[in-house]
Amino acid sequence: MAESKDEAPARPDWLPAGCEMLADGAYDAIIMGTGLKEAVISGLLSTKGMKVLHVDRNSWYGGDCASLNLTNLYGKFRAGADPPPSLGHPTRDYNVDLIPKFIMACGNLVKMLLLTKVTRYLEFKNVDGSYVYKQGKILKVPATPDEALRSSLMGLFEKRRFRKFLIWISNYEEDKPATYEGLDLKVLSMRQVYEHYGLDENTQSFIGHAMALQRDETYLNLPALDAVKSIQLYCYSLERYGKSPYIYPMYGLGGLPEGFSRLCAVHGGTFMLQCPVEEILFDGEGKAWGIKATIDGVPQVAKAPIVVGDPSYFPKEKVRCYGRVVRSICILDHPIPNTADAESTQIIIPGRQVGRTEDIYVCMVSFSHNVAAAGKYIAIASTTVETADPISELAPAFEMIGPVLERFDAVSEAFEPVGSGAADSCYVSASYDATSHFETTSQDILDLYERITGSKLSLEINADTTEADD
Amino acid sequence: MSRVCHFKLVLLGDTAVGKSCLVVRFVRNEFFEFQEPTIGAAFLTQTVGLDDATVKFEIWDTAGQERYRSLAPMYYRGAAAAIVVYDVTNKDSFNGAKSWVKELQRRGDPNVVIALAGNKADLEGRRQVHFEEAHAYAEENGIIHMETSAKSALNVKSIFVEIAKRLPKAGAQPEREAFPIMPPRRDKKAGGCC
Repeated sequence: MAESKDEAPARPDWLPAGCEMLADGAYDAIIMGTGLKEAVISGLLSTKGMKVLHVDRNSWYGGDCASLNLTNLYGKFRAGADPPPSLGHPTRDYNVDLIPKFIMACGNLVKMLLLTKVTRYLEFKNVDGSYVYKQGKILKVPATPDEALRSSLMGLFEKRRFRKFLIWISNYEEDKPATYEGLDLKVLSMRQVYEHYGLDENTQSFIGHAMALQRDETYLNLPALDAVKSIQLYCYSLERYGKSPYIYPMYGLGGLPEGFSRLCAVHGGTFMLQCPVEEILFDGEGKAWGIKATIDGVPQVAKAPIVVGDPSYFPKEKVRCYGRVVRSICILDHPIPNTADAESTQIIIPGRQVGRTEDIYVCMVSFSHNVAAAGKYIAIASTTVETADPISELAPAFEMIGPVLERFDAVSEAFEPVGSGAADSCYVSASYDATSHFETTSQDILDLYERITGSKLSLEINADTTEADD
Repeated sequence: MSRVCHFKLVLLGDTAVGKSCLVVRFVRNEFFEFQEPTIGAAFLTQTVGLDDATVKFEIWDTAGQERYRSLAPMYYRGAAAAIVVYDVTNKDSFNGAKSWVKELQRRGDPNVVIALAGNKADLEGRRQVHFEEAHAYAEENGIIHMETSAKSALNVKSIFVEIAKRLPKAGAQPEREAFPIMPPRRDKKAGGCC
């Protein structure tokens, strides 16, 4: 915190009496929280030439979507208890995600990584397999016409129908009516498309939940275009690396916000971890104009016309709770049974299979991603809460995962902003939902970016996007 | 032609000790008296030729995140070498360097090769940190020590060469299954994947 003492800059007139300047004082944007959404936004604003101050109350990057070492994990879930030495090194061996998600290989987050060149700070692995739960069994999701023919998920005739459906999906192009084969996806519902191909309810269930990644059954009655595009994204992503449509960064998801934070810093952004933000400052018209934090007993203030942050930094009236998510982090000394000893895997339990509405997700990664000690695996089960006993809702997942060395449960309220930010200059991101991939997260980032800048972020990847520039 | 070995090298040290200047001198052989605080170039590469191998450094600058001690774990991760810089005309920066060495030993790879650079050695008249003091500290900790000047280019190349010599070339870089994301090739399916 060594600030130069040899120059005493004139005290700016906006600085409240009794306060010092926080960092450089005046910024174009202040970002609170270093979760992925905030980190992408600060990186993007900074590359646009805006002067960004990025603060976080924690001593680590990542906010709610950090990857924690054992010491920090126990600090969060088992206050006062030390991690047992049998698990491994307390600060070196583990990077446990708080929010479990995989990255769709051709999804919008990958486009953002390429566009910003943050990809050069990270290395990934293809997730070994994606599975779906059916009548007590875990079955691999077939997503190519060939795999479909070998799958034990359906009978012989259904396989042929499914294969036909997949071929149609892979040829479909929105701007080429010749590929429609008579199906107008803006008019027909997904249910009607399934019926057109004669697909039974079982097949519908795994297409909808394991491929189109719908969380419940509402999509069945909506125009089919969105669901078809989701299935295409799944198939293209699968083709990209071969084993599953998902990729996962070495050392855990926490590398993502760290990478985007670095992008921001490289373009001149100021970073302050362990910054105890205590207040957002509002003017007479209710517009946010700055933040206040007291450091070493000295109240400090920074100002900016744009104040961005995750819901935990804003007054209660700026956000509303839209649901609750239960997540359970399990440390294992074995892979999940019946997944061909995969070192990483995703399992989707369609809600209907276990008598509920919302799907249950299990994401498992392991030592092979440098997120756990040798021979250890991390499986995280999550779902949107439907009952008064959220942990019990994950029972089908626990049964599948098998014996655990340690389990850490958390039920979090999920918040979303009340306003767009236009009226109060408060640009609030939404909490992370229970989905097992980053597509909704990316959508929220795009939405936040548009609210802040007034323009849409183009995700067109140009040929020069990854050329070295320095 | 000898083998090319890639190594990540990170810079550490207090604000305004000349970290970026050292790198810019090493990589581009340039020096600017009034170098802006690190902006826009935080990923530079340069090679050093040794008798038995060519060492290619991927150099990570702090990008200013050292100012409030807010460097991410990613920064230290996989770094085979580090140059911890202090300013010979600023005693505080030498104390800072010692704490950066500690931080590196705590957060970095246990085998990281560390070099301590006493920069701005051209400003002899304003010296506050004696060579002997820093040298004794370096020897105690088993790390390389040199006084450098990004302005005059003194020892800039030498310190990188010295680091290159100490890096393990034999059997280095085990086969990695992990990969960086590359943009998809433009092919048949316009408007398709990515």
